[in-house]
Amino acid sequence: MNPLHAWLLFSSALFCVGLAAVLIRGHAILVLLGVELMLNAANLNFIAFWRYGSGNAEVGVVFVLFSIAVAASEAAVGLALVIALHRHLRTVRLSAANRLKG
Amino acid sequence: MNLVFALLALFCLVTAVAAVVSRNLIHSALLFVLTWLGIAGCYLWTGAEFVAFSHALVYVGGISMVVLFAVLLTRPARADEVAALPPVPIERILGGLLAVFMVASVLGSAIVTSRFAAPAASAPVLTVRRLGELLAGPHVIALLLVGVILTTALLGALLIAAPGPGGRRPAPAAGADLEELPDATDRGTASESMRERGTR
Repeated sequence: MNPLHAWLLFSSALFCVGLAAVLIRGHAILVLLGVELMLNAANLNFIAFWRYGSGNAEVGVVFVLFSIAVAASEAAVGLALVIALHRHLRTVRLSAANRLKG
Repeated sequence: MNLVFALLALFCLVTAVAAVVSRNLIHSALLFVLTWLGIAGCYLWTGAEFVAFSHALVYVGGISMVVLFAVLLTRPARADEVAALPPVPIERILGGLLAVFMVASVLGSAIVTSRFAAPAASAPVLTVRRLGELLAGPHVIALLLVGVILTTALLGALLIAAPGPGGRRPAPAAGADLEELPDATDRGTASESMRERGTR
């Protein structure tokens, strides 16, 4: 078994844990952390293909750097939204933020 | 397969699962920080040192602090809710686990059945100098755009999280800010009912 297989299985396991956090936990901050975990799993794939893949994949490492920057801004905006939600609704449970529901 | 990689992967997965199932929000956030440290260790082990250190700086240094501040700023008002989150209904757990199992089976079968070329004998070397040349040469437009995105996102986060032009308002009136109520005297009762809906 190629080491790339082990890396990809590991990163998909991390992705599934993040997906479970998004789907199961109703708390806004935990959902945001689950999304961060899924992004990290995708970054692990880029690094794994750079290290073990065939061909020159240097651009994957550059893409990981950009992805980290975008994830940082996403976390900042998401947590600001969580704080605004808490200020308006006095709760951070996502099932309570249903004012746009038809 | 290497023992170090197995240990790192096991550490990341165990801390991530513990963070997802933990009932205490602060424990969850701290366990996620451990997961990010483990992922930085994985990057370091493959030889991508620059990515490892920038990942550790951004996640363990920056995002974890923002998350902890958000956790502490959004604590529930009543003291009995602080320690543990309310339990998740069982049908939601079952449905979520079913969806996760389907995604995992699709991903796993796709990975196991694909054939990859044998990896290179020696690890590819990517020096920081080469990385800088890549960032400032072919990818310079993307680098500038990422800077614009970061600036805009942080300014937007400030605008969203700031309490508005009136400064810090008293707590009872803060709930009726988003909506345009037809009657201004309804605001207190509307926010009360909203709060009840939230706690139900």
